[in-house]
Amino acid sequence: MATGAAEGAHGPMHQFEINRLAEFEIFGIDASFTNSSLFMVIGVALIVGFLALATNGRSLVPTRLQSVAELAYEFIANMVRENVGTAGMKYFPFVFTLFSFILAMNMLGMIPYSFTVTSHIIVTFALAALVFVVVTAIGFARHGLGYLKLFVPEGVPFWLMPLIVPIELISYLIRPISLSVRLFANMMAGHTMLKVFAGFVVSLGIFGFAPLLFTIAFTGLEFVVAFLQAFIFTVLTCIYLNDAVNMHH
Amino acid sequence: MDPTAAKFIGAGLACFALIGAGIGIGNIFGNYLSGALRNPSAAPGQFTNLLIGFALAEATGLFGLLIALIILFG
Repeated sequence: MATGAAEGAHGPMHQFEINRLAEFEIFGIDASFTNSSLFMVIGVALIVGFLALATNGRSLVPTRLQSVAELAYEFIANMVRENVGTAGMKYFPFVFTLFSFILAMNMLGMIPYSFTVTSHIIVTFALAALVFVVVTAIGFARHGLGYLKLFVPEGVPFWLMPLIVPIELISYLIRPISLSVRLFANMMAGHTMLKVFAGFVVSLGIFGFAPLLFTIAFTGLEFVVAFLQAFIFTVLTCIYLNDAVNMHH
Repeated sequence: MDPTAAKFIGAGLACFALIGAGIGIGNIFGNYLSGALRNPSAAPGQFTNLLIGFALAEATGLFGLLIALIILFG
């Protein structure tokens, strides 16, 4: 951001700007409807609309649309069954909601001139903190104070305990941070890189075709990353759930 | 030294964390590939583990990138 031009309307960071579309204030807290909120609403409307439309017929032999919805269901259901076991299917709605929301946000962000909600750390941190609180609550609800045994691995000699327990505790507490930073940094870095290379197309003149080709290829990779990050967020949620539900270390 | 220059140099230095992430991710995918070529039938079952390892390796590097961003924009 050394030059002033980079800060302008076409700078690589401009796409992450939040604009207030309608200003609200609730008890002195700024609760304006922003472009971020708008894209969340669009995403949720798309998910709900798609699933409602796809499961409308509920035929035994699925139509094309219905089989897409069934694929999505089976994909997440298998993930929960493999990582948490059948006891975890109780939490399937939570995991499926997380996955579809993050996927919709990431994919909506790939449309040019749209807004990527998940490129803001406050959004991803809210999601990760929700996962953390839910998982911890489930752990304590199922095992009571025995859930604290998670920090005391079995088979470790007692004189190592003062070292192992803080490490386990820190690795547990850092989960929401690593979960949110991974999603946020991937989305932000990818989108910034696309914009930076798109800027080279004009400034390189006749050789601009090289960054143009790169940008096209990288857009494809970004679609993969958008899906992969939604998938990884969900898989890690399942693994954390497994700790809370089954508790074998 | 000019504080702004020091800020940019610091942000650049913080990005060194991504070297480790690059090595780690390369290691994971390289080992997965060599394992998958030796025993292709076992490969699909380990795909989830591959992605988890990839995610964990990447996270450590991204912490450094986060520090860089905090220095630049925080």
